[in-house]
Amino acid sequence: MRIRKKASSIRPLRFGAIAGYFVALHMTNHGKFSPGSPLGALFIDAVGEGNLLTEAEDLIPYGFDGTAALKNRAVCVVLPRSTEAVGEVMKLAAAEGIPVVTRGSGTGLSGGSVPVDGGIVLCLVHLDTILEVDPANLTILCESGVITKAVDDAANPHGLFYPPDPGSMKISTIGGNVANNSGGLRGLKYGVTRDYVMGMEVVLPSGETAWLGSKCVKDVAGYSMKDLFIGSEGTLGIITKVLLKLVPRPKARRTLLASFDSMEAAARTVSEIIAQQIIPCTLEFLDRKTCGCVEDYAKVGLPTEAAAVVLMETDGAESVVDEESEAMASIAKENGAISVEKARDDAHAARLATARRSAFSALARIRPTTILEDVTVPRSRLVEIVSFVEETAQRHQLDIATFGHFGDGNVHPTILTDETDHEEMERVEHALSDIFDKTIELGGTITGEHGVGLAKKPFLPRQFDDASYGLLKQVKSAIDPHCLLNPGKIFDSESAES
Amino acid sequence: MTELKYMADLDYSVVQQCMHCGMCLPSCPTYLETKQERNSPRGRIALMRAIADGELEVTKEFGEEMYYCLGCLACTTACPAGVDYPKLFEHARAEVEYHGVLFSPERRFWRWLTLRQLFAKPWMLRAVGRMLWLYQASGVSGLVRKSGLLRILPKNLRELEPTTPVVKRHFSDDLIESTETPREKRYRVGMLTGCVQDLVFSDVNRDTVDVLLANGCEVVTPRSQGCCGSLYAHNGDLDQAAEQARAAIDSFDLESIDSIITNAAGCGSHLKHYTHLLRDDPDYAEKARLWDSKARDISEWLVEIGFRVPEPNAEKEVRTTYHEACHLCHGQNISAQPREILNAIPGLNMVELKDATNCCGSAGVYNITQPEQAAKLQKEKAACIAETGADVVVTANPGCHLQIQNGVGPDVRVEHPISLLARAYRSETKQ
Repeated sequence: MRIRKKASSIRPLRFGAIAGYFVALHMTNHGKFSPGSPLGALFIDAVGEGNLLTEAEDLIPYGFDGTAALKNRAVCVVLPRSTEAVGEVMKLAAAEGIPVVTRGSGTGLSGGSVPVDGGIVLCLVHLDTILEVDPANLTILCESGVITKAVDDAANPHGLFYPPDPGSMKISTIGGNVANNSGGLRGLKYGVTRDYVMGMEVVLPSGETAWLGSKCVKDVAGYSMKDLFIGSEGTLGIITKVLLKLVPRPKARRTLLASFDSMEAAARTVSEIIAQQIIPCTLEFLDRKTCGCVEDYAKVGLPTEAAAVVLMETDGAESVVDEESEAMASIAKENGAISVEKARDDAHAARLATARRSAFSALARIRPTTILEDVTVPRSRLVEIVSFVEETAQRHQLDIATFGHFGDGNVHPTILTDETDHEEMERVEHALSDIFDKTIELGGTITGEHGVGLAKKPFLPRQFDDASYGLLKQVKSAIDPHCLLNPGKIFDSESAES
Repeated sequence: MTELKYMADLDYSVVQQCMHCGMCLPSCPTYLETKQERNSPRGRIALMRAIADGELEVTKEFGEEMYYCLGCLACTTACPAGVDYPKLFEHARAEVEYHGVLFSPERRFWRWLTLRQLFAKPWMLRAVGRMLWLYQASGVSGLVRKSGLLRILPKNLRELEPTTPVVKRHFSDDLIESTETPREKRYRVGMLTGCVQDLVFSDVNRDTVDVLLANGCEVVTPRSQGCCGSLYAHNGDLDQAAEQARAAIDSFDLESIDSIITNAAGCGSHLKHYTHLLRDDPDYAEKARLWDSKARDISEWLVEIGFRVPEPNAEKEVRTTYHEACHLCHGQNISAQPREILNAIPGLNMVELKDATNCCGSAGVYNITQPEQAAKLQKEKAACIAETGADVVVTANPGCHLQIQNGVGPDVRVEHPISLLARAYRSETKQ
């Protein structure tokens, strides 16, 4: 492709403080893993012929996840077909001191599954069997490579429901969701992935396999070890099976779309809804720019002129949802909604939710690089952070669209930029820094659902005090003393020995 | 770093547009088959980007990957970021051919014979078509099969022989006058007869003209038309594709017609993009823009002008389902229009086909170049069709038509939507 930028050599995508990380091609362990080499042969023994990838053409596509401008090349990719194979691979890696980065479908948004220098990528997409749906105990047991949506699809025939619905649910793996404690659109009412994990099978850095948790609703035997692995971003163990809680499937749902001429009016509506003790499953907002892009892609009839559009959904018993949706509609009108539209039918409602889920990717239509953040503040401070983002965009002369989860204070300021424009990227870094500081000032967190990975690593110390930051590292060195699993993610880590 | 020719024609922002979110993965038949990233749209784009960045050469592996891609464009529909995958795909295949990384004498011979001779020369294609008709109609084909003579053919050709489409006795030029005028003329349109369509489905072309006439369109059909270039663009020969495009443009007086009509999805999704293909040709750039603004799929055009709904007739209800040709639904974003037409035809009991927009494995010449993967998709498609219990499958592309007919066997009939509409109009006049 014509490298329109000056014809000279390609300049690396410098991402400075945002990424805190850029890697060219590291070949440290290269060649060591070719199928003919002794080590290669051992890996093939572990995972089977055809499940070890070493060619450049195979590795390059595993060099990134869904995060902008972060990439690296693994020395090899292994695709195990069983927990046992995962254990074997881990034992080999431990013996050789080779870092391992676990990965599912690679849709993460913090660079958590981007390969590390000299490391292998362990891709779990073939562990994709749903092992058991247990309607008596309301649980489902599946391998970690099962697609998130498939979990809910398997629950559905039993009248059961798996609520967490991250934007990438059609392709993200459940193991990746657990490792990142993924959120989704239904957080306000149903919580996040953590609230559904009852147990898991984990391959430890030694290669041993551990089972954590149980089917029991009450279980206080020892530390709640499973909770340590939830959201650990592949730095503590390799999750190979997960046992999830299911809930009764709501009988009915009603979806409304309200548009407002100011973000404040939208926020007032949301506060009032919650004050009236209605807990809808979804309260999503999109600003004008986001609406324009989403409508361009999904063509579902979103109002593209309004300053804020709020997608509201209530689910539950038929009579309740009717009552609640009526109440929400009148609250919206009382608080100055320009229009309130009800979804015509289930299909229309599903299309609206799907359209919202595509918001991040749809924003990529405007500029070459799309940087998505997920700062989260206490719900009551949401308007403050949204207006701060707007000011920040003006101050640094940047194009920032915002959408997110009104109900749970999770905001997605999305910077539309071009990674090849270095002057602009510097402004992006400043803007992000400002947004993070403000978030922390408001009592929020720099990441609500995407995780720290590489992208937010430099900012984590701002949010943590020294003692709690140190605790993170202590946990890491207790479980993974040789620093084999996803080293350098969340925080810089060194092997306990060095 | 390798000198790039065709990929260098694209702006870097086209690859940058992909933000590798992974939304394309569940739509991609080859990714779903292998679950390996390089077999996915974002994986292929990553390889293209690596080549553009000088991190990877144009290698044989890259070439094979680009030909493992079906070009079904399901990823284009799935992509929220609006990546122009068709362009990337065509330029990447052209780059692969330019570097000759897939070279073998056999491959070169077949490409020369088909692309540079047969499909580049309308008279030759039709002469071969006549011979094929003679071979099939005279019963010689049956004798040859029985005699075992086919064993002299290479294995892949031998396996394809029974699926060779049956050539029609009369081609389009025999069935359609160069100008046909309706009683009440509202529009004047140009008709593309296609290449495969012309030989194998000249009846669909006749039906298309009948339907156009019934809707007040005067139809201009240039004689002895060539390939629109779709076959070339999809197979890495962009230079010849441009040549074919110029010939197609020259065959019409563009100013005098309201639209240019095609009834083949694979052609339509290509020939709406002559502007890009001829952007650097000062003599044709402007004409190409005009062409693109007038190019329409038949169902798109009929809905646009408000086609006449046929009168109800006494015929028995037929259980019918609709397979969406990739290059209609993904390539041209035309999904509602054919359904609107089908729903208007009396006597069709329309049932939804599961995964109607999934590729059937035809994908141009994919069923010849990648028979295994094509056969898997064909089988899946046939299973979905069997589930509907339909007696008729409707689809609007000759490749899909043949692939599905071969997949479902003789008990299920495959039809073009326009043929059904033409028949509904005809049965009105009978009453």
